[in-house]
Amino acid sequence: MTNPVAAVGRVTLAFMATTGRLAVFTGQTLRHCLQPPFYGRLILRQMVTIGYFSLPVVGLTALFTGMVLALQIYVGSSRFNAASAVATIVVIGITRELGPVLGGLMVAGRVSAAMAAELGTMRVTEQIDALTTLSTNPFKYLIAPRVIAATLTMPCLVLVADIIGVMGGYVIGTQKLGFNYGSYLKNTFDYLEIIDVVSGLVKAAAFGFILSLMGCYHGYHSRGGAQGVGQATTNAVVSASILILVANYLITELFFAR
Amino acid sequence: MTDPAPVPKLAFRGVKKHFGRKVVLDGIDLSVDPGQSLVVIGGSGTGKSVMLKCVLGILRPDAGAICVDGQNVVGLRGRARDEMLGKFGMLFQGSALFDSLSVWQNVAFGLIQGRKMPRSEAQDIAMENLGRVGLGPDVGNLYPAELSGGMQKRVALARAIAAKPEIIFFDEPTTGLDPIMADVINELIVECVKDLGATALSITHDMASARKIADRIAMIYKGRIIWSGSRAEIDDSGNPYVDQFIHGRAEGPIKMDVLKP
Ligand SMILES: Nc1ncnc2c1ncn2[C@@H]1O[C@H](COP(=O)(O)OP(=O)(O)OP(=O)(O)O)[C@@H](O)[C@H]1O
Ligand SMILES: [Mg+2]
Repeated sequence: MTNPVAAVGRVTLAFMATTGRLAVFTGQTLRHCLQPPFYGRLILRQMVTIGYFSLPVVGLTALFTGMVLALQIYVGSSRFNAASAVATIVVIGITRELGPVLGGLMVAGRVSAAMAAELGTMRVTEQIDALTTLSTNPFKYLIAPRVIAATLTMPCLVLVADIIGVMGGYVIGTQKLGFNYGSYLKNTFDYLEIIDVVSGLVKAAAFGFILSLMGCYHGYHSRGGAQGVGQATTNAVVSASILILVANYLITELFFAR
Repeated sequence: MTDPAPVPKLAFRGVKKHFGRKVVLDGIDLSVDPGQSLVVIGGSGTGKSVMLKCVLGILRPDAGAICVDGQNVVGLRGRARDEMLGKFGMLFQGSALFDSLSVWQNVAFGLIQGRKMPRSEAQDIAMENLGRVGLGPDVGNLYPAELSGGMQKRVALARAIAAKPEIIFFDEPTTGLDPIMADVINELIVECVKDLGATALSITHDMASARKIADRIAMIYKGRIIWSGSRAEIDDSGNPYVDQFIHGRAEGPIKMDVLKP
């Protein structure tokens, strides 16, 4: 019964099947994202739900991250008399890493879950079947608008997060740590390079694609009523978060490894 | 009568479908002539809904052919499939209304998305169809979650007929309705089929409904069609399964999988 070789084989096969299914799903999604017609109205509506309504969450995350970063770096760097580096390290840390990654993770929790729940409910109540019988492709009508909207909106969100995060560091730096207003700002911008911000925004777009793809994939393939939808939601958030962290490493390597 | 063998509008030939080890359809043979209204009766869980979903390509049969206008539609993809689906209207058993859209947008969905009709024109047609199923224009702006189950069913019916399809599937159109509304829906189905010249395939447990809307009746049992005949023949089919079903007896050849204490 519990032949370990059989168990390993089963797991391997299941893994391969899932990978294959995900690859096909991604291919289909990309095709429908790039091929007209586009549903502008639906894309716009998704951009509002993804972007506008995520602003508070992402903004607060960035604010406190910037603040804590300034404190920690100050404590750490004053041990070797480098406290003046606080502004520079905060801005680079926020734009390159913490803005996109924390923003991506927060939006994954909010948006992937919502997408998986919505599409999952549509799946189990046969709304997706009804869509097909009304000659409408669910990839075109449901999935492409979500993925396009998330991929376009995430960079905007992260740009806002960058600004708020740096402001958080600025407030702590000038109010609590006693830096001079002008020199903190000067240190912030003097050593900042375009690539720092751009790489962060590229990451943001990639994370937007990943988190919407995961939300749609798990929702679209959910089965078995309310419990199945709950499972799909969990899987969407977990897989989106992990893939975001993996992609973050790969993109960083692509940009900065020499 | 002059044409000895008209091409059936819809024909199943040896259609099989199983889920895991469970055989649901075990060689369905059935055909519906153009303009005819066929009612399929059968117990719960015998695969009636699965049969319809195989036609629409929502499920893929394991074997056999399904012909629409003489053309096999199993495994169609892309544009050919869209074209095929354009001939169909379907009333889902659970209504399957889009809950992010208002009632009129649900009814107009096939016209706007499928046929690319302008929204205002589609809205007029949607309102007209809502009127036919006894729902006023004020209902049009509500959302499906704000309707009762019976009202949802009627909206689903309006959506199924809005695009004037050639073939309409009704999956249990009258379950969950009061007897009077059930009869209204029955008449509506008869009328639609007559007006549109559509071919109808309906599924029901409700014998009153079956007698009203059927030209022919077929009975499905254990994944096969075990009897079919005209509406008049059903009372003296001589088939013990059919007799048991139409009289709703617990005793007979059909055994329900329930454990007696
Ligand atoms: N997607 C699916 N996956 C696995 N099994 C399924 C699936 N769809 C249907 N079945 C099984 O197929 C059988 C027939 O289902 P179907 O929905 O066709 O029943 P039905 O004849 O329409 O019954 P009812 O009158 O209660 O609606 C059921 O036993 C069900 O468990
Ligand atoms: Mg059914």
